[in-house]
Amino acid sequence: MGSTMMFGPRRVEKSLPQKLRELNWFIVLALAAIAGIGCAMLYSVAGGSVDPWASRQAVRFGIALLMMIAIALVDLRTWLSLAYPAYLAGLALLGAVEVIGVTGMGGQRWLDLGVMRLQPSELMKIAVVMALARYYHGLTLYQTRAIKSLFVPMILIVLPVILVVRQPDLGTALMVVAGGIAMIFLAGARMWLFGGGLIAAIAAIPIAWRFLRDYQRERVLTFLNPDRDPLGAGYQIIQSKIALGSGGLTGKGFLQGTQSHLNFLPEMKTDFIFTVLAEEFGVLGALALLMLFFVVIGYGVWVGFTCRNHFGRLLSTGLSITIFLYVFINIAMVMGLLPVVGVPLPLVSYGGSAMLTAMIAFGLILSVALNRRVAMPRAGGLA
Amino acid sequence: MRSEGKRYRLFSRRAALLAGAKGVAVTVLAGRMYYLGVVESGQYKVLADDNRISLRLLAPERGEILDRQGEPLVTNRRDYRVFLIPEQASDVVETLTALGRIIDLTDQDIARIERQIRRQRRFLPVTVAENLDWDSFARINVSSPDLPGIQPDAGMTRYYPYGTEMSQVVGYVGAISPDEVGDDPLMSLPGFKTGKQGIERAFEQNLRGVAGTTQVEVNAFGRVIRELAREDGARGNDVVLTLDMELQRFAAQRLGEESAAAIIMDIDSGDVLAHASTPSYDPNDFNLGISRENWQALLKDPRKPLINKCLTGQYPPGSTFKMVVALAGLEAGVIDPDEEVACWGKRKLGNHLFHCWRKNGHGKLALVDAIARSCDVYFYEMAERVGIDRIGEMAARFGFGQTFDIDLPGESPGLIPGRDWKLGATGEPWQVGETLVVGIGQGALLATQLQLAVMTARLASGRAVRPRLIHAVGEALHRPVEPFDDMGFDPAHLALIRRGMEKVMEDRGTAVLSRLRGDGRSMAGKTGTAQVRRISKAERERGLRKTHEKPWAERHHALFVAYGPIEQPRYAISVLVEHGDSGSKAAAPIARDLMAKTLELDPARQPPLSPDRVAARRTNRG
Repeated sequence: MGSTMMFGPRRVEKSLPQKLRELNWFIVLALAAIAGIGCAMLYSVAGGSVDPWASRQAVRFGIALLMMIAIALVDLRTWLSLAYPAYLAGLALLGAVEVIGVTGMGGQRWLDLGVMRLQPSELMKIAVVMALARYYHGLTLYQTRAIKSLFVPMILIVLPVILVVRQPDLGTALMVVAGGIAMIFLAGARMWLFGGGLIAAIAAIPIAWRFLRDYQRERVLTFLNPDRDPLGAGYQIIQSKIALGSGGLTGKGFLQGTQSHLNFLPEMKTDFIFTVLAEEFGVLGALALLMLFFVVIGYGVWVGFTCRNHFGRLLSTGLSITIFLYVFINIAMVMGLLPVVGVPLPLVSYGGSAMLTAMIAFGLILSVALNRRVAMPRAGGLA
Repeated sequence: MRSEGKRYRLFSRRAALLAGAKGVAVTVLAGRMYYLGVVESGQYKVLADDNRISLRLLAPERGEILDRQGEPLVTNRRDYRVFLIPEQASDVVETLTALGRIIDLTDQDIARIERQIRRQRRFLPVTVAENLDWDSFARINVSSPDLPGIQPDAGMTRYYPYGTEMSQVVGYVGAISPDEVGDDPLMSLPGFKTGKQGIERAFEQNLRGVAGTTQVEVNAFGRVIRELAREDGARGNDVVLTLDMELQRFAAQRLGEESAAAIIMDIDSGDVLAHASTPSYDPNDFNLGISRENWQALLKDPRKPLINKCLTGQYPPGSTFKMVVALAGLEAGVIDPDEEVACWGKRKLGNHLFHCWRKNGHGKLALVDAIARSCDVYFYEMAERVGIDRIGEMAARFGFGQTFDIDLPGESPGLIPGRDWKLGATGEPWQVGETLVVGIGQGALLATQLQLAVMTARLASGRAVRPRLIHAVGEALHRPVEPFDDMGFDPAHLALIRRGMEKVMEDRGTAVLSRLRGDGRSMAGKTGTAQVRRISKAERERGLRKTHEKPWAERHHALFVAYGPIEQPRYAISVLVEHGDSGSKAAAPIARDLMAKTLELDPARQPPLSPDRVAARRTNRG
C-alpha cells in the first residue's frame, strides 16, 4: 500500500485471529453488562416477564453485538474512506423520512424497513462525527485554525440539523449540534470562537423561544417548575423523582418498584428506564450502571488519547462524546436536571435505533483501538 | 512532523478539557442521585406511599331505632349503588351514556350528576344511582372495564318498614346539605346521609357510629390492587324508644286519613306508648331522594303531613281544659262542688253575651255534672270567680306553656295567656271577658296533644307525671326512671274531677256513646271542641250550621282526653281530630278504640328492654 511506503514506521497488517485477540473483550463484556441490566429492567417493567420486551431487546442486542464486532474488525482506513459516503447516505435517509417516513410520538422520525423501524436521525449523529473527523483529518493545524475552514463543518452540521428539526425532533438536533461543536473544538478551532458562540447562543434564546412549538415551550416551562401542572406536563418529572428518591440507597428490590409496577411512572420501558432501576436497586444500583457507562465512555476517550492518527483520535473522542451526551441528557432528564427531551438511555432503553447507534459507535471506537498505531496521511488513506 | 506534534498536543489539551467536563457532569449526576435517593429519600418514600396507598373510609352501620321490646322500627338494608369518580372518567358524558344502556338514567339524573361534579373536587365520587336491583348491579360490575370512572358499591341504606306510621317519631335521613359542616370524615363519603327529622336528627351523633378505615394499594388509574390494612369502625348505637310498635301502628291506622293526632301514655312511668300524627310522609321517599313534585305535594297538603300534630301543632284545648279551671277553683276554695249554677244557654257580662255550646242551656247543675255535660255557662261563672291568675298558675302545674324535652325536635310550648302576656303582646290590659273564654279552653290558650296527655295523666294520678320517649341509647338508660312526686292536691278535689270525667261517659255525659265497658275495661274522659273561627252574631241568629254544611277548614277541632281503667288509672290518652267539628262525635270514638286496644295489649305490664338486653341483641347479630 502506498501509505506504508511513504511513511517510515513499518507496519504489519494484522490477521483476523490476531485482531480478535487484541479486541478489548473487557469493554465488550461491559457493554453486554449494560444491555443485561436493560433487559432485567424490561423484564421487571413487564411485571416479571421476558415478553414482550426483554426477549426482543436481548435478540436485538445479540445482532447489534455481532455487527459491532464486524465493524471493529474493518480496517480504520476503510472507515476513513467511507466517511463522506456514509454521511451522504445518512442525509439521503433523512430526506427519505421527510417523504415516506412513519409518523409517531409527535414527529415524523422513522423509516419502516419491514424488519425494524429505523430512525435515520440516530445514525446521523455518528455520520456527522465521522464526516467531521474525516474533514479535519485532512487539514493542517494552520488550516484548522483558519476561519474559512469553519465553512465545511458548518455545512456538514447544519444540513442534517435542518432536516431533523423539520421532523420535528429538537432533542436529536441539539445533540447533533453539540457533537459537531465538540468536534470543531477538539480539532483545534480558535478558542474565542467558542466564547463568542456561547454569548451569541445566549443572546439568541429569546429569538429561538419564538420559534419553538407549543409542546416544546411547555416542556421547558415545566422543567423550570414541574409543579405548575402536576397532573399534566409536570407529572412525568414529579413521578420520576418520587421513584428515584423513594428507592433510597439500596432500592425496593427487584420487581418490587411500586412507582413502576403500579404505573405511576411514564415511558418506563424507554426514556424513564433508569428510574425503574433506581427505584428497585436504589442509589447503589444506579451508580453501578453509571460506573459501567463511565468505563466504556472512558475507554473511548483513552483510545482517543493513545491513537496515533488524527482521524482515529477525533472519531473515538467524538463518538465518546455522543454516547456521553445520550447518557448524561437521559439521566439528567429523569432526575429533573434537564427538560424532558425524549433522549433514550443507550443499550438500556427499549428500542432498536438508539442501540444501533451506540453499538456502531463502539464498533468504530474498537476499530480505532485496533488501528491506533497506524499512521495515516492527511490526504487520506488512498492518497 | 512538528505540525503533527503540535496538532496532537492541542487535541490532547482539548480532549482532556472535555474529559474533565464529562467528569464534572458525571459527578453532578452522582451527586443529584445521592441527594434524591439518600438525603431526600424519606420525603420521596412518603410521596411514593401517598401515590400508591389510598386511605378509604368504611361507613359504619347506622344504629337501629327499636320499640320498647326491641322490635326494630328503623333498620338498614343492603343497597346496591353506583358512583362516578370524575377524575377517572376520561369523558363523563360518554361514561354516563354507556351506563345509560344498562340502567335507566333520566335527563334529570344526568343534570343532577353534572351539577354535583361541578360542585366538588374531581377525585370525590358522585352518586349516580342507588337501590339498584341485583341484575343491573351485576351487569354494571361485568361491564366495568368499559365504564371508566364508574365504581359499583354495595352499601347499606336506611329502611323504614312502617313507612308513614312511625315517621313523625323516627323522622328520616337525607343527603348532607351544603350548610351542614362537621369534621367527621364520614361527611365526605359518597351517599352519606344524616338525620333530618325526628329521632334520626335528635340522635344523629349516637346513631351514626365511627368510621373505619381501609388502606388499599391502588395503581395510577385508581384501581384497587389489594388491601394492606383495615381498621373496623364502630356501629352506631341503637336507640330504644318507649313506643309500643303494635299500639303505635294501631293508633296511626285508627286515625286513618283524618288530619289527626293521638298520644297514649303510661301514667306510672310517663312512657309514651304511641305518638301518632296523620297523615304523614313516608321516610323511605326521602331516603331515595324525594322528587320535587312529591315534596311540593307534601308542602301544599292542607292536612299538613310534614307537621307533627302531637308535639309541634298547637291547638286551643277547648273543654278538655275545664278540669284545670275546676281544680283551680276547688283548691282556691271559691267553688263549692254542691253549688248549682243555672244555665239558660248564655251568660251576660257587661253588654257582651257568652254562649253555651248547648243553645237552650243545661238548666241547673253542679260541678260534677258541669264537667260531665261540659256546660260552658257554669265555667264562665267559675272562671270569673277563680280569676285568670289562678287559672294560669294551675295550667302551668299541669304542664301547659312549657316543653318536656322529650328529645324530639320541634316541641312547642303552647301558650297560657295572662295579664303580663296580654300587656306584652298587645299593650292592652286583660279583660274579664277573656278570663271567661279561657275558662272554656278557648281564646289565646294553646296546648299540644302531648301537654293534654300529660294533663290527663296528672289528673288521673295526682302525681307530676313527665313524659318519656327515649328509653335507652346504646347500652345506657337515657334518663333514670323515678316515681313521680305527688302534686299535693286535696284527694277529695281530685276525686270530684275524676267523677266528672267518669260521668262524661255515662247517661247524660257528652261522650256516652263512646262508653267503654265489659271485660273489666273502663275509661273516663273529657270531650273538647275548639272553635277555629269566631261565630258571628248574625250566624248565630241564622242558626248554627250542621257539620256537613261547613267547609272542612271552618269546622271546629275535635278533642278528647281519657284515662283508664277508672279504678286504677294506668293509661292516659289524648286525641285530636283537626276540623273534626265535635269532640264527642269525632274524637271520643277514636279514644275509646285506642283505650280498648291499649288495655288489651297492656304494654305497661312488661318493662321495656333492659340495657343489657340491648347489648345482647347486638352481639347476637355480630
